Amino acid sequence: MPPVYPAQLQTRRNTTSYRASQISSSGIRKFFDLLSSMGEVVSLGVGEPDFVTPWHIREAAIYSLGRGDTMYTSNSGLLELRQEVASYLHQAYHLDYDPQVELIITAGVSEGLDLAMRAILDPGDEVILPDPAYVAYPPCILLAGGIPVPIPTRGENQFKLKAADIEARITDRTKAILIGYPSNPTGAVMSREELAQIAKLARKNNIMVVSDEIYAQLVYGIEHSCFASLPGMRENTILLGGFSKAYAMTGWRIGYAAARAEIIQVMTKIHQYTMLCAPIMAQMAAIEALKFGEADVQQMRQEYDRRRRVMVAGLNDIGMACFEPKGAFYTFPAVRGTGLTSEEFAEKLLVEEKVAVVPGTAFGECGEGHVRCCYATSLANIEQALERMSRFVDRHR
Amino acid sequence: MSSSRRLTGAKPFFGIILPLYEERGQGVIKLMKEVFEILERDARTTVGQISTMTGIPLAEVEQAIKKAEEERAIVKYKTVIDWEKLGEEQVWALIEVRIQPQREVGFDAIAGHVYRFPQARSVYLVSGTYELAVLVCGKSMQEIAAFVAQKLAPLEGVQRTVTHFILKRYKEDGEILAEREEVRRLPLTL
Ligand SMILES: Cc1ncc(COP(=O)(O)O)c(C=O)c1O
Repeated sequence: MPPVYPAQLQTRRNTTSYRASQISSSGIRKFFDLLSSMGEVVSLGVGEPDFVTPWHIREAAIYSLGRGDTMYTSNSGLLELRQEVASYLHQAYHLDYDPQVELIITAGVSEGLDLAMRAILDPGDEVILPDPAYVAYPPCILLAGGIPVPIPTRGENQFKLKAADIEARITDRTKAILIGYPSNPTGAVMSREELAQIAKLARKNNIMVVSDEIYAQLVYGIEHSCFASLPGMRENTILLGGFSKAYAMTGWRIGYAAARAEIIQVMTKIHQYTMLCAPIMAQMAAIEALKFGEADVQQMRQEYDRRRRVMVAGLNDIGMACFEPKGAFYTFPAVRGTGLTSEEFAEKLLVEEKVAVVPGTAFGECGEGHVRCCYATSLANIEQALERMSRFVDRHR
Repeated sequence: MSSSRRLTGAKPFFGIILPLYEERGQGVIKLMKEVFEILERDARTTVGQISTMTGIPLAEVEQAIKKAEEERAIVKYKTVIDWEKLGEEQVWALIEVRIQPQREVGFDAIAGHVYRFPQARSVYLVSGTYELAVLVCGKSMQEIAAFVAQKLAPLEGVQRTVTHFILKRYKEDGEILAEREEVRRLPLTL
């Protein structure tokens, strides 16, 4: 059933679409403008690594450019890259995907997410997702005609998504569950057992799971559990993976999706007409990353881990209660002690102490009472920020 | 114990600090290694910071560092300085030295003669077409030339020297001096 659009919006007088009007441009635009107008800010607001892409990866891309690799690739992406992705997934999770028909190379997980939603959703289909979650999830669902159904998650439960809460929101329109662990913005991870509960629900109700595992390689002291590797879930999962975070390759725009052939075929069809193919330079770089980048990932992960410990200890010390996030590079401390809302906290902190954090509400209603602090920045910056935040919190207690 | 024998005798060469943690498992060894990796990167990191970063109790970090200092596993704490930036001229040269090994002591006796000169900042026994690689630092080319001509070359057992003056230092101790790779990120991304 197509959604019923308000009558006044059905006329051709509107330049832009009703569908596009459903999504808000990020709620913190005002905040962003304020930030851009200020100098000397210590920013914990950045959602990407503070490392430049490892040199050997850049060098491989430069070499391939020099050799003249400047053309389109096959829609699915270079076969060599798909093979490397397949062998990575096999090594990491004993998951076997056929590089010919079960993998597609995308322009980042961002595109993979969009393709996945457009491939599986009909107008009015519901997609269950955690709240708070990565900002792009609801818009991608809406733009594909779906309806986001956010499930509240709480700090007391370390922002884990509970199967029982999902079950209560399943309807006959529920088409998919969209999850992303380790999580942006909370840093939360889910254990294999906890994910298995969700898998059970998905199987029972014949619901697809789209799993954004872009932070899979950035977990600390635990092993990442790949959703598709749960019993019976390979056929029922669209696995999204990327290079942006683990290899510090955000600007390259490269990622991949893995799923059973029927789904990848539809995703490839859409990708063929809307993206054609992922940039070849980025594909070349990604091959190098998968072949020879493990040591870099390890080194950066170790560095993040050290910063993570400093950040978590520091936040708890200054009275911003924060559970220990086991993945990604975010902490999601509570600001309740100050009596300020997330947005007030972030704005005042920026103005008064020149520290940028992201209000939790940017990621969903349940982000209220929290801010996202990213520790992908130098230890000196983290310590500086903590000092200023400590002053701020003391003042507003 | 002579250093040539030390190279062949395995145990002391692999150190004694980390093996102390052997009974507590590889995980602990890896963690303790981090203490020293952090210090090697930045000698000014405090014991408290290291303890937070690694999750190792403060007292244990302290003890490990103390022990490493005693055993000279931590040889010294130093700072990498770009003297040129400070306006101080320094001339460096890499000198290849061909030497004749001597009975009983091999290369060690001559090496000992060389490394006792304060001008010799680093001295290595190397494989290849020459034996000793000596990094020399001086205030001028003349000073270094004089050192080579008057001290190094005349040493008994030294057959030949080749002096390479260092023209530009691009990278020192893992740090790129020429230009710094800046991370240019937007101040805020979701
Ligand atoms: C959870 C999550 N998914 C996807 C993305 C986008 O990744 P990519 O650069 O591969 O498009 C991000 C980036 O912030 C993210 O945090």
